[in-house]
Amino acid sequence: MQKETKDILFGPIHLKNPITLQVLGICSALAVTTQLEPALVMSAALTFVLVGSNVTVSLLRNKIPGSIRVITQLAIIASLVILADQIMKAFLFDVSKQLSVFVGLIITNCIVMGRAEAFAMANPPMKSALDGLGNSLGYSAILIIVGFFRELLGSGKLLGHVVMPTVNNGGWYNPNGLMVLSPGAFFIIGLIIWAQRSYSGELQEDEN
Amino acid sequence: MELLNLFIKATFIENMALAFFLGMCSFLAVSKKVETAVGLGFAVIFVLLITTPLNNLIYHYLLQEGALSWMLGEERAATINLEFLTFIAFIATIAAMVQIVEMAIDKFSPALYGSLGVFLPLIAVNCAILGGSLFMVQREYNLAESTVFGVGAGTGFALAMVALAAIREKLKYSNVPPGLRGLGITFITTGLMAMGFMIFGGIQL
Repeated sequence: MQKETKDILFGPIHLKNPITLQVLGICSALAVTTQLEPALVMSAALTFVLVGSNVTVSLLRNKIPGSIRVITQLAIIASLVILADQIMKAFLFDVSKQLSVFVGLIITNCIVMGRAEAFAMANPPMKSALDGLGNSLGYSAILIIVGFFRELLGSGKLLGHVVMPTVNNGGWYNPNGLMVLSPGAFFIIGLIIWAQRSYSGELQEDEN
Repeated sequence: MELLNLFIKATFIENMALAFFLGMCSFLAVSKKVETAVGLGFAVIFVLLITTPLNNLIYHYLLQEGALSWMLGEERAATINLEFLTFIAFIATIAAMVQIVEMAIDKFSPALYGSLGVFLPLIAVNCAILGGSLFMVQREYNLAESTVFGVGAGTGFALAMVALAAIREKLKYSNVPPGLRGLGITFITTGLMAMGFMIFGGIQL
């Protein structure tokens, strides 16, 4: 694989991660990760929307007038999100109920808008598709890590299967209720950022 | 009384930023200084106050199943369900409203425009605004309830953001481990704030 392609595809997983470094799309990363399954479904939905919007915006990039580009991008993204939402309602109704408003909120997920504006408006469709895929991989990686720890520590399960039997059900594990609540999500992302930046020193910020 | 209860619930118990993680991008990006946080906070309250009831009207009179009966008559309207257009209709309303509000403020109160100016366009893509409208549909609020919910949600968001900005201004003087500096410590602080807001959990008027 060429180096440039590799950079576009794999860069966003660690060194340019959309969530922990570019601070984009955090709302859903925190909200849908109480369990692993909705986190996986959300990652799939975002991948679909992000790759789709990047390719569409890139194909139309020479035809979109500069003054109305934001609303054009929003219309493209909203149409793709409606598609994803209808597909999920048809085939994955339970998870779709659990994700509630957060599927719709992919529209305002800053990753999608940000990549459309920063990358797809200036690059050909093939590269834009790779960029979309790479950024969704970075997003999914964080979602899966957070979802994994919150479900495991919060209820002793993974994807609904019991891994550590809880005290209530006659096992030994005393579940950490904080993980299921909202502060747990903030702490885990904070710790991931800490680990990532300690590992790669050049990512550290100088100021608080 | 019920409306007051809804306001308290939307502001403290179900805080947009700390309980539902909505509007996190601008919440983290703009909370470096108290002054800008206050500016964006007021802009969010203002836009939520207008868009939530407006989207409520759009949903009930255009999109919901059988909602077009005022135009086409009961029988013909009963088979029409435009609910799948909800997302695109809401985001278009929000984008348009933000634009109109921006122009109106520019015309009537240049001083306010000067202080809010930069933040208004940002708000169109703030998930707290779209989230407000989507929650309104999901919880089946009527017009009065959705207005109160809009203001309450905006107030809660503004309150949390100003509080975080105040903490971050003080954080400048503390010795944070290098890897946690900046974003990391902000997340942990927000987590602690979310724990603090959980004590409002049982309040009912």
